Amino acid sequence: MARRMKTQEKKEFQKLVDSNNPKPNLLLNCFWAFSVGGLICIVGQFLHNTIESVFKLSHLESTNVTTLIMIFIGAFLTGIGVYDKIGKVAGAGSIVPITGFANSVVSPAMEFKREGFIFGVAAKMFSIAGPVLVYGITTSVIVGIVYYFIR
Amino acid sequence: MAVKKIGRQTIKFSSPPSILTTASIVGPKEGQGPLADYYDEVLEDDLFGEDSWEMAESKLLKEAVTIAISKGKLKIPDIDFMIGGDLLNQLISTTFAARDLELPLYGLYGACSTFTEAISIGAVLLDGGFADKVIATTSSHFSTAERQFRYPLELGNQRSLTSQWTVTGSGAALLTSSGNGPVVTYSTIGKVVDLGITDVNNMGAAMAPAAANTIATHLTDTGRGPEDYDLIITGDLGKYGRDIAVELMKKEGFRIVKNFTDCGIEIFDDKKQDTHAGGSGCGCSAVVFCGFLYRQLILKKIKKLLLVSTGALFSPTSFQQGESIPGIAHAIAVEMKGN
Repeated sequence: MARRMKTQEKKEFQKLVDSNNPKPNLLLNCFWAFSVGGLICIVGQFLHNTIESVFKLSHLESTNVTTLIMIFIGAFLTGIGVYDKIGKVAGAGSIVPITGFANSVVSPAMEFKREGFIFGVAAKMFSIAGPVLVYGITTSVIVGIVYYFIR
Repeated sequence: MAVKKIGRQTIKFSSPPSILTTASIVGPKEGQGPLADYYDEVLEDDLFGEDSWEMAESKLLKEAVTIAISKGKLKIPDIDFMIGGDLLNQLISTTFAARDLELPLYGLYGACSTFTEAISIGAVLLDGGFADKVIATTSSHFSTAERQFRYPLELGNQRSLTSQWTVTGSGAALLTSSGNGPVVTYSTIGKVVDLGITDVNNMGAAMAPAAANTIATHLTDTGRGPEDYDLIITGDLGKYGRDIAVELMKKEGFRIVKNFTDCGIEIFDDKKQDTHAGGSGCGCSAVVFCGFLYRQLILKKIKKLLLVSTGALFSPTSFQQGESIPGIAHAIAVEMKGN
């Protein structure tokens, strides 16, 4: 009985909290995510096209080179303290592209440098990106096996 | 017999200890806030000449203690006990400061409620005749709290609108058994209250029930009304948590709106400083009290103050295991005698 009353009280309290919470400006947030995310993709596409035509690489080879350059840009902007400011405005727009992935690896590595290169940098480097890697790689293996059999 | 305990959770001090001096020291962002004129020291660099954020926070606390003691024209060995805490694992800011100060230490963890908890224990020691001079202190640092509880500083994520900004700063209050300063008359020890909030970006909501509970209990225990106080101020509920606390107290039958605010709201200018719901951390209520509020008491602009530091007892471990975030709040009544 007492427990049920507690649950009821919690439900009512959650209602009060929800009604009191500020509402984020979804339209504005979407606009910025779309613009900044789109801009990052335009940069990537521009690099890709340039590499493909200037260095006469195949489509797949220039994809690899573009990925490398975009990761470097993401890591560099994190290192000079700019990427977090971009992320504050763009949200998912700068988290989803590969530059955001670089940011999620470099930022904990920088943060925990004082704990040393083994227990700090190396151990904490994947604290944010780790789950993405684990499930990303696992999923790609499963999809690969399925593809092998139904091809 | 517990002659000094009244009601359910309140201590009434029979010879109220005096807060002889206070000291506050804050980081650069707090120094740009609306209460900037009241701090003893504003840092230009929040690393404070140290190698790590943790040691910088520890130095903040040590400095605050040293300034408070020297303002009272005393020396460090004159202090009987140091009572303090911070947000970090194993209270490293406090313990490393106490190591250097060579003071006997009561290390406390009450999350952001630690400041009033420290004053309360200090006042108990003084009123009980166990000490003549104690120092109560807490600290917090934006960068140490972020790396322990949240994300790396350079991670490009967005902060939620209800999230709060951990105050970089430390406050220390020197309490003595006799003296001319404002006195601590009552202390209400809070219960741990949990109404099931699981949003780590909304600590204000997690703490509001504890704050409302402690304030309501304090008023019931002492037989006082909200209007008996010139100001009732919570520690770090932030603007949304404050509104929730007002609603909850209304349900308990106390209409507290006019003379009620929150240190986390007052310390930053939300519009200019982009701090979202307001300030938070052990340092928040400590620097607001030791800076702004103490001055108001000395100038007798506030004569009766109820300071209610609020803590979200948030642990990344229990949270990841699916537990909700409990809150706690401790209240102290500080009064300035005479006209």
